Amino acid sequence: MIEIRIDGKTIRSKPGTTVAAAILNAGTDHFRASVRGGRRGPLCGMGICFECRVKINGAPGQRSCTILVEQGMEIETAANEDSAADSHG
Amino acid sequence: MSGTTITTDILIIGGGPAGMAAAVAASESGRRVTIVDDNPRLGGQIWRAELGKNGSPDANKLLAALAERRIDLINNAQIFGTDRDRSLLAETGAGTITLGYNKLIVATGARERFLAFPGWTLPGVFGAGGLQALVKGGFDVSGKRILVAGTGPLLLVVAEYLRSKGAQIAAIVEQAPVSKIIRFGLGLWNAPAKLAQGLELRSRLAGIPYPKGSWIKSVRKTGEMLTAAISKGGRERQFECEYVACGFHLVPNIELPSLLGCSIVQGFVSVDEYQRSSIPTILAAGEPTGIGGVEAALIEGKIAGFASTDETRKAEALFAKRDRTSRFAESLKATFALRNELLTLAEAETFVCRCEDVTFGVLKDFNSWREAKLQTRCGMGPCQGRVCGAACEFLFKWHVDSVRPPIFPVKLENL
Repeated sequence: MIEIRIDGKTIRSKPGTTVAAAILNAGTDHFRASVRGGRRGPLCGMGICFECRVKINGAPGQRSCTILVEQGMEIETAANEDSAADSHG
Repeated sequence: MSGTTITTDILIIGGGPAGMAAAVAASESGRRVTIVDDNPRLGGQIWRAELGKNGSPDANKLLAALAERRIDLINNAQIFGTDRDRSLLAETGAGTITLGYNKLIVATGARERFLAFPGWTLPGVFGAGGLQALVKGGFDVSGKRILVAGTGPLLLVVAEYLRSKGAQIAAIVEQAPVSKIIRFGLGLWNAPAKLAQGLELRSRLAGIPYPKGSWIKSVRKTGEMLTAAISKGGRERQFECEYVACGFHLVPNIELPSLLGCSIVQGFVSVDEYQRSSIPTILAAGEPTGIGGVEAALIEGKIAGFASTDETRKAEALFAKRDRTSRFAESLKATFALRNELLTLAEAETFVCRCEDVTFGVLKDFNSWREAKLQTRCGMGPCQGRVCGAACEFLFKWHVDSVRPPIFPVKLENL
């Protein structure tokens, strides 16, 4: 199993899992905020729609459905920003 | 720009069935063949994650042949433009590479057509093929209740796949009328392999409602669940489910051949019987030349591979077989044509362009794709109109053709 961190939580994933699948399996469907702040998650599953963009190892805007999980990967979704806003608000 | 240059004889863009078949055929000539694909693995959308054990025999045969012939493979590379004749630029994890070629085979496949309806942007509403791809990528849907909706044979394939992974399929909602589906089924007598596949699929799906002449009207979030409203025979029915998988058949990926100047007729790359485009050095195979499925892709890929290496006799021997798959493509198109009622799904507040959040209400007053793009940014986001373009073509009858480099967003440092 591969250990990754999604929004600060450690998650174990099978090798060959896409980052998008790992995020969904972790119970998060809010990948990114749209330009008007709407909740968005994956649509096309094949790297075309750009709805599954998340921050991976500090790099923003990565299409999570086209990237496989790697040991130690740090992933941040828009759900993380929600909870940060909640705790500060 | 970083400077790796790779020069090959036959360059194939797309590592799905058409690209793999083209590569194996082209390699018979002994020339250098290179496949470039934007995914981590070969197989394209249809064979994604199915290579190796439990995989399709066709796929594994091609994979073995690719390895044996030592065909070069460049994965995770996104073609974004061209800088001079017979040369393409690709973005990879290690920066930009330049790909020089003598002959180019475009095997870029297709994507799903999505239509805008109220609620289609909610997380949990996926493409039909989209959800299948995510499950192939490891998304666990066991025990989840899923509504599959839209049009085309892909819905059945997706429903069966999701069911095999433990999902509960609420219904398969097909917009094509039952009369057309019956005619399509009868037409399949000309294609026995497909008929057998279709019947087997139906029998495995027995017990799952498969309403025809029925379509999704909206999805809303109700607590932890989604509630989808379905129109059937003038009445509305509600389905509660965890996920919705929704796709309206396929549209070809023709951005690259369009950029290179290949003639495009009615949305597809125009090719001669040798799969040659209007530009002598560029051939095309599979979905970009007409939505015909995996059998058409394999045979066209093979013809393109032979034709690209001047093995014309070998290519010609396959013409009759290819013509049969072309007839299947025609019948797919006629059967799953979109009904006019779907034109009324989007409401004023429904987003059509998901990248820039442009609504139907804003778009409906424009006269052309170009005008709408310039004034609303519709189609100007990272997907570059790949999602909303097909929806706008259907909704407004706009001609969506304005590909400009880069055809995929790239990092500034790679330009």
